[in-house]
Amino acid sequence: MSFRDWYRIDRLPTIYCVGCGNGTVINCTLHAVDTLGWKWEETVFVSGIGCSSRAPGYIKTDSLHTTHGRALAFATGIKLARPDLHVVVFTGDGDLAAIGGNHFIHSCRRNVDMTVICMNNWIYGMTGGQGSPTTPRGAITTTTPYGSGEGVFDLSALAVVAGANHVARWTSYHVKELTRAIQTGLETPGFSLIEVLTQCPTAYGRRNKLRDVAETVEYLKDHAILLQKYNRLVQEGKPVPEDMFTVGEFIRRNRPAMGVPP
Amino acid sequence: MQGNTACAEGALAAGCRFFAGYPITPSTEVAEHMAVKLPKTKGVFIQMEDEIASIAAVIGASWTGARAMTATSGPGFSLMMENIGYAAMTETPCVIVNIQRGGPSTGQPTLGAQGDMLQCRFGSHGDYSIIALSPASVQEMFELTVKAFNLSERYRVPTFLMGDEIIGHMRERLTIPDSVEVIGRKKLDPGTMPFKAGGDDIPGFPVFGEGYGVHVTGLTHDERGYPATTNPKAHEKLVMRLVRKVESARKEIADYRVTSPDAEQVFVSYGAPTRTVHQVLHDRPKEEIGHLQLRVVWPFPEFALSEFPEAKSFLVPEMNLGQMAREMERHTDVPVIPIPKLGGELHTPDELVRALEGSR
Amino acid sequence: MRHEIRFSGFGGQGIILAAVILGRAAALYNGKYAVQTQVYGPEARGGASMSSVVIDDEPILYPEVSVPDTYVIMSREGFERYGAKAPKEAVMLIDPDMVEGRPECTFHEIPATSEARNTLGKVIVANIVMLGALVAATGIVSEDAIEKAVLDSVPKGTEKLNMSALRRGMELVREKKG
Repeated sequence: MSFRDWYRIDRLPTIYCVGCGNGTVINCTLHAVDTLGWKWEETVFVSGIGCSSRAPGYIKTDSLHTTHGRALAFATGIKLARPDLHVVVFTGDGDLAAIGGNHFIHSCRRNVDMTVICMNNWIYGMTGGQGSPTTPRGAITTTTPYGSGEGVFDLSALAVVAGANHVARWTSYHVKELTRAIQTGLETPGFSLIEVLTQCPTAYGRRNKLRDVAETVEYLKDHAILLQKYNRLVQEGKPVPEDMFTVGEFIRRNRPAMGVPP
Repeated sequence: MQGNTACAEGALAAGCRFFAGYPITPSTEVAEHMAVKLPKTKGVFIQMEDEIASIAAVIGASWTGARAMTATSGPGFSLMMENIGYAAMTETPCVIVNIQRGGPSTGQPTLGAQGDMLQCRFGSHGDYSIIALSPASVQEMFELTVKAFNLSERYRVPTFLMGDEIIGHMRERLTIPDSVEVIGRKKLDPGTMPFKAGGDDIPGFPVFGEGYGVHVTGLTHDERGYPATTNPKAHEKLVMRLVRKVESARKEIADYRVTSPDAEQVFVSYGAPTRTVHQVLHDRPKEEIGHLQLRVVWPFPEFALSEFPEAKSFLVPEMNLGQMAREMERHTDVPVIPIPKLGGELHTPDELVRALEGSR
Repeated sequence: MRHEIRFSGFGGQGIILAAVILGRAAALYNGKYAVQTQVYGPEARGGASMSSVVIDDEPILYPEVSVPDTYVIMSREGFERYGAKAPKEAVMLIDPDMVEGRPECTFHEIPATSEARNTLGKVIVANIVMLGALVAATGIVSEDAIEKAVLDSVPKGTEKLNMSALRRGMELVREKKG
């Protein structure tokens, strides 16, 4: 099998805009499950609401496209009732961190055996470009027309302190690293969060001087700093530019988890 | 045994093997009993972070084929509304127990009420139908919980056990039968589209993990399960079927008790006030007083009213301001006299007698 | 014959448990029908607590107590709220250390709390002392039935203590009757 065989061909093309990063993330995910030799009959994709959450509809496994923010709670029910099934959740920054924030931290705390892939594009794309809990300070959205004045959630850091067994962050530029990180997440018993910073040219880029997709991906590449490098700079007392974000594996551990197959 | 414990025992007898819930008075004993019992029967009990997550986990578990349930009260029931609509739209069997307390808002946590009878029918947005039962004794807490599971599985519809604090916290003798009738959900025939229904309007159920590769969405979907959100015909067809599969089976689903069908004055009750009606009938053996006890409240069995051809008035004691009385008015020309009671206490026999005499 | 028994006191005294045990004795060990209900506030300890049992030879229809014929009162607030208005035909058991007022009906002073604390060494069994006294004073259920129901309902390891409490309650009534 190849990752292509996981697609629900009769549902393509997707609803995603030209230049959207979500397709890249789905490809990387399917590549990872395929590499692991998972069977589609034993895999369930779950999602909430938003652009990211349409992803399971394009995959031929059993899939549950649920209500806004609640995907992790639905997925918890599936996984605890049938621990032998693989459960993977697609979500976005609004779905996971705003309306679903409580389910997010509690799923990490319970360390339910599932892999959560968050397409973080700093904005609500499906509803037309409103600010989210990850919208950078100063960014223009339809609900922050004068620039966002709110603080920003670091989703990966949140997952680490809340108790997830595996947490990594990459971008839609880092397809190889991303695929490997997803694979590690799928293999790690317990809760795994893979945060993917990804471009939204339509709702975010258009308003924030990142209209060009290639330029945005370039931006993601240039502003990503490897965790190891970041730690080295901090250790050496050297400055880290404020607009950089860390990528890499933040945690991999073996805390007691729920829903792990016997 | 306590009513809430009897409910949990009924669920276990009906084969429930997944419970997700959040503590809330006066329903908590249901969860506590499930927390003790389920792990011993290879079932799953989980306390979720809130009621939204609880009903979500129940729906998720149900898609793996498990009989699943949650229990709540008051504010918790309000929180569940969005996902109840999701269960209706995706035709997910699940049982929701509501041990009603005084509202609105936090209201009276430790006292009984029946104020959520319309909320359970109409509380989520959009058009849909559900099934709701209302127990009037500890024995009925058991029996109707079993029945709720069977109806939910059979019709693939969220089904409510609409109890109240009085029956939930009351203790009386419960007789648990050696076995109960358990009806399972019909499976999807392979090769059939997952949301294509036959003559009964109920599609077969494609259990997750069995190779159906089904896509389940709360969006308007076609018979394949694929989103068809901008197709007016698809939406109309789907919603009409969701409503029809329950409403056209009203007679099959109905469960009511008729006393003195030739009476001119007829009490109509469900849940705790049924007990007061029974007392009034017992205390006045020489008078012909009719009684209709609704054990299934939704879909409303309007044909049950015609069991009383001589009726000159229907007296409806409810621990709310007349929620089911209003529904009855739509179905009969006989005067419907609500006997509302708020405050958390059950109607006394005297109160019903006064209403009875006043209606003559 | 329908009997309505009302227990009242404050949270933590085991008012609800006492009613549960009495109902259990009647329904499971005396072949009668029983319904137990309660009113409680948000407090787990302290706060007014009221619990009722209806016992009948026939199935019980209306489950609530309307005019109790028997009262067990273990707090001042409980007396003021429920006991003071008791009809003359009723029978009341009062813990005299907890309640100052006295009703117009027949009453027995049962110092359950001090007996539990001083004689039995555990104040927590005051409710069981009261149950013993109630059964001895009224015969509402048999002594055998109440013993079985107590044994069913108390934590393992405390059976002996609770049996002593139950018997002490019965003795308190008999001593007075002389």
